[in-house]
Amino acid sequence: MKKVMVAMSGGVDSSVAAFLLRQQGYDCIGVTMKLYDNTMQGQPKGHPCCTLDDVEDARSVAYRLGIPHYVFDFSEEFEKQVIHRFAEVYEHGGTPNPCIDCNRFLKFGSLLRRARELGCDAVATGHYARIAEAVDGRFALYKAVDARRDQSYVLYAMTQEQLAHTLLPLGALHKDEVRRIAAEQGFVNARKHDSQDICFVPDGDYINFLERYTGKKYPPGVILDTQGRVLGQHRGAIAYTIGQRRGLGLSMAEPVYVCGKCMKDNTVTVGPQEALLAHALTAEDWNWIICPPEKPFYAKARVRYHQAEQPAQVTLLPEGVHLAFEIPQRAAAPGQAVVLYQGDCVLGGGTIRSVQQHGIAE
Amino acid sequence: MIYADHAATTGIHPGVLEAMMPYLTETYGNPGSLHAAGARAAQAVLYARETVANLLGCSARTVYFTSGGSESNNQALHTAAAWGGRQGRRHIVSAAFEHPSVLRTLEHLHGFQVTLLRPDAEGVLTAEKVRAALRPDTCLVSVMSVNNETGVIQPVEEIVALCRAAGVLFHTDAVQAAGQLPIAVERTGIDLLSLSAHKFHGPKGVGALICRRDLIPEPLIRGGGQERGCRAGTENVPGIVGLAAALEEACGKIIGSPVPALRRRLEDGLERIPGIHRVGAGVPRAPGITCVCLENIEREAMLVLLDQMGVCASAGSACSSGALTHSHVLQSMGVPEKLARGALRLSLGADNTEAEVDAIVQAVTRVAARLRCGKEER
Repeated sequence: MKKVMVAMSGGVDSSVAAFLLRQQGYDCIGVTMKLYDNTMQGQPKGHPCCTLDDVEDARSVAYRLGIPHYVFDFSEEFEKQVIHRFAEVYEHGGTPNPCIDCNRFLKFGSLLRRARELGCDAVATGHYARIAEAVDGRFALYKAVDARRDQSYVLYAMTQEQLAHTLLPLGALHKDEVRRIAAEQGFVNARKHDSQDICFVPDGDYINFLERYTGKKYPPGVILDTQGRVLGQHRGAIAYTIGQRRGLGLSMAEPVYVCGKCMKDNTVTVGPQEALLAHALTAEDWNWIICPPEKPFYAKARVRYHQAEQPAQVTLLPEGVHLAFEIPQRAAAPGQAVVLYQGDCVLGGGTIRSVQQHGIAE
Repeated sequence: MIYADHAATTGIHPGVLEAMMPYLTETYGNPGSLHAAGARAAQAVLYARETVANLLGCSARTVYFTSGGSESNNQALHTAAAWGGRQGRRHIVSAAFEHPSVLRTLEHLHGFQVTLLRPDAEGVLTAEKVRAALRPDTCLVSVMSVNNETGVIQPVEEIVALCRAAGVLFHTDAVQAAGQLPIAVERTGIDLLSLSAHKFHGPKGVGALICRRDLIPEPLIRGGGQERGCRAGTENVPGIVGLAAALEEACGKIIGSPVPALRRRLEDGLERIPGIHRVGAGVPRAPGITCVCLENIEREAMLVLLDQMGVCASAGSACSSGALTHSHVLQSMGVPEKLARGALRLSLGADNTEAEVDAIVQAVTRVAARLRCGKEER
């Protein structure tokens, strides 16, 4: 019987994933990762942990399924690989991807290593995506059947080794089926809301979090238009992202979007949609899941999480990839992930390093 | 399953369960009731109180039953703080290796300054260090009798002598000492003492606070006046009876206990594992606890593998989520963090056998080899 370590966040998806694997005859161990100390949230030590409810939900489901449950403390690794990176990228004006980093370094990094140490053949998560082995022995990653819930975008960095040792039981299911199973099994979290925020900033107040984390102050400053005219005030340049439309506090005739920011001058620049359009981009820190052809080729790209894929011409570079879009793309932000698809299959992905607008390189 | 975590909790002994049964079945009266049913229960509580007092060398009027060690610690500290506050003395001396129920309570005493002393490298908090920390406004010294992670016995008698001389109250968390080592509260001069039944084969959910006669415990739970107005709530009669029975049995078995020999066997076996460090090896320790640190091992993985092999052990304490926290005890002793990551606590009881001890040694040896070998491959 194959042994698998199921990453259980306390949410309904990972709970049903554990249930399905158990049903399929796997020998499961449920694990909840403790990723941060509640002191990170600015609460005094000894205050009831914010994620205690989540741990208890995971534990409750594990007991119901008759599988052991452990809580592993990976907070040191999480701080190093996710939180620190998060702050650094924001400081440099980019848009970080903490969930992608967490998958890469924690779930399929530390947790997978721990799973192997403990004699497991694989880790499993409740991600909506599919992994399949091809005839040549390579592993491929596919979108989930439930297109609206598809999470293949956040899994682009998975290596062959990681894909070979990961199970994603929910890839072929729709979310409402998953909730139905949870309800049938009497799971305490069957109707729990999906978490929307970044887990270590549950109140969504990034500026406050960053100030506490870095110890620096990010004071309010001015919002400028593309001509340099002052339009209003921002609450701290650090937390604004390229492409952001909401939360600007400006009432304009036409919608405006953040199209630049300068940490040095403490300004945020907004412009109309056109100011954001990128004709091309270069990406680095690239991971190919499928072996790419040498010559430039066509594929579909996602520069944001829930985006319909956009046709692009892909050219390999020594340290990454260059993408030229047929239709100019809005809000492609440095630091963000870009993922290439061919049909349902994920070819690979990386981090946007720079964006080219109007044919001019940045 | 081989249970090597007696410091975390112990099983209720048959004699103890037998003593409790009538109070879980026919003799269910409320000790506060006037009628015969209540009187029978009240009598059991009275008898239990006298038994505990005799065993600990104090008067029955100083024994207050609580829900366990944590509550007793909370109440002891609040009591001492109230006493000190009334005299304008708001400084407390304690130790960095105390149990969280002491540390968190100390953090919560409004208007008090707390000095937390660090033990030496072997885990002993010397009386000298305590003496140096005393101030004119010190009202309390709180030092545990036996540390729960290392098993190291603290120099309680010497520290008490200092406190007597300075007119300072002394509290000791004796949760890991009661039933393992002889305790003589009055003779030693201890003002406040905490203990917990489930550490000496009694039931969980019951403990006691010994509070010197002329000091009234500060009530944490107010209401119906039980425990002489110091701890409201209908008495946990079966629990209290169980506590007394367990303490009596445990104290009677201190001399001639097989545990010291079993521990020697365990530690001799463990010593042969490469890269293993014994903690507190050179100082007096309570009989059952063995604390070691293994180089290049993550204790989380070690405990899970031991668990899979049927060996129940522990390391440090768990936080509210159930994850292992960094050991504040080892940290206070100056054990380097890297080494403390490989900490393992094995605590034996009289019910462990030589065969089990050998199996524990084998299991730890195999687990260490496996985890280290895996690392090298990577």
